[in-house]
Formats: sequence, structure tokens, C-alpha cells
Amino acid sequence: MDIQEMKDFAKQIRVTTLRELAVPGFGHIGGAMSIVETLAVLYGKYLKHDPKNPLWAERDKLVLSKGHSGPALYATLALRGYFPMEMLTELNRVGGRLPSHVDRTKTPGIDMTAGSLGQGLSVACGIALGDRLDGRDCRTYCIVGDGELNEGQNWEALMFAAQYNLGNLTLFVDNNKVQLDGWTNDIMSIGNIKAKIQEFGWNVLSVDGHDVEAVSNALSGVVAPIPSAIILDTIKGKGAEFAEAAAPNNHHMTFTAEQIESVIKEIL
Amino acid sequence: MKKENSPTLMREALCNTLISAAEKDARIIALDADLVSSSGMKPFFKKFPDRAINCGIAEANMMGVAAGLSLVGKIPFAHSFGPFATRRSCDQIFISQAYAKLNVRIIGSDPGVTAAYNGGTHMPFEDMAILRSIPDITLLEPADPIALADIVGKLCGDDYYGIYYIRMARKEAVKVYETGASFTIGKGNVLRDGKDVTIFASGIMVAEALLAADQLSESGVSARVVDMFTWKPIDVELIAKCAAETGRFIVAENHNIYGGLGGAIAEVTAKTHPVPIEFVGVKDRFGQVGKQSELQEIYGLTAADIVKAAASR
Repeated sequence: MDIQEMKDFAKQIRVTTLRELAVPGFGHIGGAMSIVETLAVLYGKYLKHDPKNPLWAERDKLVLSKGHSGPALYATLALRGYFPMEMLTELNRVGGRLPSHVDRTKTPGIDMTAGSLGQGLSVACGIALGDRLDGRDCRTYCIVGDGELNEGQNWEALMFAAQYNLGNLTLFVDNNKVQLDGWTNDIMSIGNIKAKIQEFGWNVLSVDGHDVEAVSNALSGVVAPIPSAIILDTIKGKGAEFAEAAAPNNHHMTFTAEQIESVIKEIL
Repeated sequence: MKKENSPTLMREALCNTLISAAEKDARIIALDADLVSSSGMKPFFKKFPDRAINCGIAEANMMGVAAGLSLVGKIPFAHSFGPFATRRSCDQIFISQAYAKLNVRIIGSDPGVTAAYNGGTHMPFEDMAILRSIPDITLLEPADPIALADIVGKLCGDDYYGIYYIRMARKEAVKVYETGASFTIGKGNVLRDGKDVTIFASGIMVAEALLAADQLSESGVSARVVDMFTWKPIDVELIAKCAAETGRFIVAENHNIYGGLGGAIAEVTAKTHPVPIEFVGVKDRFGQVGKQSELQEIYGLTAADIVKAAASR
């Protein structure tokens, strides 16, 4: 996809995610909206994958460590043909294949189970290391939240990736400045994320996480022999006006079908 | 008499077994959390530097890395001392490994009083209890190097998929088995037959149970001894059979009696064939420094304690 196509794809992902969330009428809308452009760039251009063969060994892998943002990834996977669009109505349905937090055993295209925050980057390190040991030419991507960086395990994994020169690993930090209980600066400030991760020995870039072209350019620049992190400056709830306006109380929300349809009209 | 090729140290058996598996299979990976000098895995780390991953003092990350390696087809063995391999990494084992249905082997060394002079901070009486409530996990405690080598060797192959915790003493273990002994994961081994009482034991307590059975036989009590090296899934059939045939149990474990092997066996008998049970184990106490033999005395983990339990009715 070119830049314009990825912008259109992002719009489709956002709208599809909102419709998916409208079915149960509640969910983690904030953190789903903030990673939409990143998913569009990954699944539009950079990720080497095959929707018909989700377990293809040579594929690039994605660990969505902030597993509660699953609804945006489910929409992306459905749009790329991993499963039928109708399946999106299964979100949070008992016995369904789309649980609130991503689960590799339930959903085609979900590479790793996540939801207990702070664990995904370690798993991504193991995947990247295993792929490198076997000489597979593929990358591992991991998306964590800024609030999630409160969890100490991330910093263990950051050390590990640098120690083992995992140049085939790229981390996205969805810096949407909000965690469940409020603004990250009020709850547990993590300070200068870029400087901290750089200090751990990573190559770090910062971009506007809602600028498709900027995210794409950042990704085309991560060929370093050391692991790379892209800090995404994002807005929690981006594109869903009522959710954006509710910040910092927009981690998990309830909403009506009318609210969703009205923001979809705005987006389209 | 010890035979040739039968290592006296548990850690040698571990390392030799993993080296011989790794020579044949590139999927075998060893991970450690800055305890390679303790785990006996140095020769493996020297021989397979690319497949030996020292994660530093970061057990939670190690469990996640192991999960990721297994996701791309590797068979990781992650070692730390028992408390750090379980208490410290419980959520990572639960979510990143077990709930995600991945394929990892966890080695927790220095169980219970075998932690000796490392003392209470390093002395897990709770590791099996912590992990036992994780669905589908398999919990193993081999008694000697021959048992350990056989079990670890099996876990290097394709017949076993899932999360396996191997609770192992690192140093000397009293020889229980002869070379060539074979083990079926999930099945207890009857080491000695008897009709008056069954003594179930695992790990270091197997040798104590055999000693106790000798002493009991001198006083006319015929004790059956079972090496219950698999704590989960528990051998329901054997427990029911022993209950019916001996009518009485003693369970000996180097672990807190709360959440331990005795409880697991009691859950089975309560449902199948209720029998009186004596619990020889750590009575809900913390560890402390001491020589292993001294600590066995202090916590009541000796053959004499088993004999006393047999006489307590």
C-alpha cells in the first residue's frame, strides 16, 4: 500500500473497530483507537504475512502486549482476510473467538496471548531470538502501552534485547498518556520514555502515531543491528470524539449504538 | 555401589542429559537467570553458546523469553532456584506459557531443605503449591540422578507438549534407582510392596521412606513405598489401589503440607476410597539456614519421622 492507501486503510480499521465495539456496547475503546494508524502501516505495508496461512513460520510476528486493544487488531485481521467480517460480532461473546484480551489459541492471526500487562516484550524477545537462531528472515513487532511500562518486566526485556542484539525486534510504545486510573503523569509518570529506552541500548525514534506517513517512514528506518523502538505520540480514543473527550476516563467505556454511528459519520 | 555412568550429582545428570539431547536436536535451548555456575549447566553453555541463554537476574523475563522461543518451535529448559522459578515468575508461567498453551520446561532447583545454607529466602516449601493451581501444568520431582535423567530425556522429545516443572535437588541424592530404570510421567513407582500402610514420597523423601520401611518391617509393619514423582497429574488409579490394599497412608514431602503432595493424595482418597493419612512434611513454616540433615531433623523430614507417623494411630 502507498501512503494514501494506508490512510484509507486506517480509516477502515477505525470504523470497523467502532462497529465491532458497538455490538457489546462496552470495551477498551481508548487504547484500541490509539493504535489504529500503526496497525494500518504494519498490515498495509511492512508485515510479511499470509492471511491464508496464519502460522507460516517465515512470517513477521506481532505481539500485542497491550492485549486489551484486541478489538482494533481483530478489525485489522478481518479486513485483511484472516477471518470473515461477520466474526467481529463475536467480540466478548461467551464461547466466542474474540475475547477482550488477545488469545493466540482462539483467533487466527493472533500470534501471542496477552492481557496481563508487561509480559509481551519478553515473549517478543524469545520469538526474535528463536527466528534468528533458525536463520529465518523475519521480524518481530511488539506494541506496549505507555502505562504498561509501569511493569518492571518491560525493563528486564529491554535489557535482554540489547544484550542479545535483537536487531530483528521492533517495539512500538503507544504513548497515549492515559492509564486506567487517569493521566500517566498523575498515576505513575514514566518520564522521558525515549531517553530511557535509548539508555537501555536501543535505537529509538519518536513520531506522531496518528500520522501514517511518519509511522511508515520510521519503520523504513529500523534496519539497525540493535533493537529499535518507535515512540508513538498518540491520543487515547483518537477519532471517537466522545471517547477522546472523556479522557482520562476512557480506558474502558460503555457507549450506545447512536454514539458510535455519529462518530463513524464524522470519520467518513 | 554406584555404577559407572551414573552421576552422583543431580546437576550433572541434568547437564549431561540436555547436552546429549541438544547434540541431536537443535530445538533444545537452555536458559538461566545468572545461576549457571550453580545449576551445573556450564558444560552446556560452553558447548552450545548460541543455544544457552543467560537472562541475568530477571526470572520473569526469562519465562517470557522461553515462551517466545517455544512459540517458534524451540524446546526451552529454563532454570532458576525453585523460589525464583515459581514465586517470582508465577504470572509469566500462568499467562505467557500455560494459558497461551506453549511448550516450556522449568527447572526449579534446591527444593525445600536442600537449599541448606542459602536459608529461608531460597528454601521453597511452596513451589509446587503455587504451580499446582495452574491448569494443565505437569509437576515432577525426581528422586535421584537416574530418575532425573530419564524424565528430562523424555521431556526433550515430541511426546510431551505443555508446561512441565521439574523440582530437583542440585547436589548429591541418595541412589534409589538402577541404571536403565524407566519412568512414566503421571504414574507412581511402587518401590517396595507392603500390606499394612503405603508411604507415598517424592524427591529426597523417597530414600527416607525406604529407610523407614526397613525400620517398620523390623517391628512387624509391612510398608509399601511409592515414589510419587509426578504430583500433577496425580496417579488416581494407584492411589485408589493402595488405599484398598493397605488401608492407610503416610505422605512424606519436602514441602509445606498445605498445598502439597499429601493434600493432592487426600483429594483423591476422599473421593475414591477414604483412608486415614499421616502428613510428614513442613508444618506451614518458613525455611532457615542449616545443614540439610539438621534441617530435616528440625522440620520433621527424616525416616524416624515417618516411622513415628506410622505408630501414631
